[in-house]
Amino acid sequence: MTGKTLAEKILTEKSGRDARAGDIIVAKVDLAFVQDTTGPLTVREFKNAGFEKLANPARTYLFLDHAAPSPNRQLSNDQVLLRQFAQETSAQISDVGNGVCHQIVAERIARPGDVIVGADSHTVSAGALGAFATGMGSTDVAVAMALGKTWFKVPETIKVILRGEMPRGVFAKDFILYLIGLIGAEGATYKALEFGGEVVKSMSISERLTIANMAIEAGAKIGIFPSDEKTRDYLIEQGRESDFREISPDSDAAYEKVLMINASGLVPMVAKPHRVDNVARIDEAKGIKVDEVFLGTCTNGRIEDLGVAARILKGKRCHPHTRLIIAPASRQVLGQAIRLGYVETFLEAGALILPPGCGACLGLHQGVLGDGEICLSTANRNFKGRMGNPEAFIYLASPATAALSAIKGEISDPREVL
Amino acid sequence: MTLGRAFKFGDDISTDLIAPGRLAHLRSNLPELAKHVLEDADPSFAQRVRPGDFIVASRNFGLGSSREHAPLIIKMSGVGAVIAKSFARIFFRNAINIGLPLLVADTDEIDDGDELEVNFKDGLIEDITKGRTITTSPIPDFMLGILNEGGLLPYLRKFGDFKLEEHK
Ligand code: SF4
Repeated sequence: MTGKTLAEKILTEKSGRDARAGDIIVAKVDLAFVQDTTGPLTVREFKNAGFEKLANPARTYLFLDHAAPSPNRQLSNDQVLLRQFAQETSAQISDVGNGVCHQIVAERIARPGDVIVGADSHTVSAGALGAFATGMGSTDVAVAMALGKTWFKVPETIKVILRGEMPRGVFAKDFILYLIGLIGAEGATYKALEFGGEVVKSMSISERLTIANMAIEAGAKIGIFPSDEKTRDYLIEQGRESDFREISPDSDAAYEKVLMINASGLVPMVAKPHRVDNVARIDEAKGIKVDEVFLGTCTNGRIEDLGVAARILKGKRCHPHTRLIIAPASRQVLGQAIRLGYVETFLEAGALILPPGCGACLGLHQGVLGDGEICLSTANRNFKGRMGNPEAFIYLASPATAALSAIKGEISDPREVL
Repeated sequence: MTLGRAFKFGDDISTDLIAPGRLAHLRSNLPELAKHVLEDADPSFAQRVRPGDFIVASRNFGLGSSREHAPLIIKMSGVGAVIAKSFARIFFRNAINIGLPLLVADTDEIDDGDELEVNFKDGLIEDITKGRTITTSPIPDFMLGILNEGGLLPYLRKFGDFKLEEHK
């Protein structure tokens, strides 16, 4: 028998049988969660099914992050429903102000080797820590919450090896946009993306989170990294070293395909409206006027992201025609940004700071675009209508590109200043 | 056997186009949300669609968010099945879980407004307008087992657990 990919290893352990690509298996779930726009349906399905108890209340989470705080009565009532459900079942609640679910999962909950299901497509983010983490619908998560297990088809794996060295001004976001452009929005549908190579070894967990987060934009079931010293350091930083374990693929694992990418050749990238795989090199988008720059989200709202933006914005002001909206991904990130002086830099630059949460990302409040307006966002999606208006246009880029573009009022190449 | 008209859509119909985030406040009021189904892709779809009609799309239907409200409001609008060249993974699983039939087929030759008759048992689509028969790719057995019970909850009510052996 050949060795195993990361997906096969984790699913073998959690299903108690030899799990190979293509098999359908039932696996134990280590963490099940919902957020405030998918959770109410989960609660109703949970009750419809006649379930009363959670399989594992300590590892069942309800996150109030998408509407944080709620802009209207209907969403407020949805949040009331979730808080009540938490009381009834002893599920864990992460209330408004704590931050985006995937960021909190990374900071406090996910462990290497875990199986994680969340009623949010960007649940894939926790693959950065070596977890098999995937997004599902409300009903699937309701069942996982009740039974403590779910079924999976063991995915085929595409291995992505990143070699060379990342050039100055080029970031994890540019790499993942490049990759999505290369394989397309369907390039990894039903599959696992497994990352490796010398560049990946030196990447921080924050950078890995950016990459894993966007695996779904290529259709992938998971985007996963081996756990290593960087993972251990991150868990130590978060005060949970005991959650660390090493997990890596076997050297003779069978991959559907291996993609070698030379990091040294990468440049800053943007995704143009209205598709994530509609990517272009920065020179092809330079000079496009932007009305709004949005820095934040589960993709790029971490302290490293705010740090690079602060470096560029220090002592500068945003262009008078461009508003800069910043949403730290979590309370922890906001606290660090205050302590490190980033918030002051942002305020002096004329930026607006939102509470930790999804903010403007999905268009339900806090930064909805006007007709014909153009936004440069550090988020993961630029679909038509995403930021609340189908008549608006969204470009995606790295925090560095976003920060310089806010100063210049047009899409700009961060290599000019870094 | 179901008879209905084709409503044709292109590639990459995202869940944001089907059930936009800006209407998140209607997600606990599905009949109201259903009035906006696919609004950002075709503003008149919700008024024109009738029970039994089909959504016919090209590649990667349902990409994006995990919101199950997307297949739910398609089902509530009376759509008999979504036929596409390919589906995004989470949408596919959600649709089966809530009992919305999906068919994978080459949809290039089906035009908007064509009369279709779908034979789910044999997996055949009869384009009555064109006088052609189109074959579909089978849904994996285990998922078909869930769909045949009307979705995941009815399936679990009947079997009490995931029964991998019975649907091999
Ligand atoms: S920040 Fe955006 S992409 Fe991330 S969970 Fe929130 S809405 Fe989804």
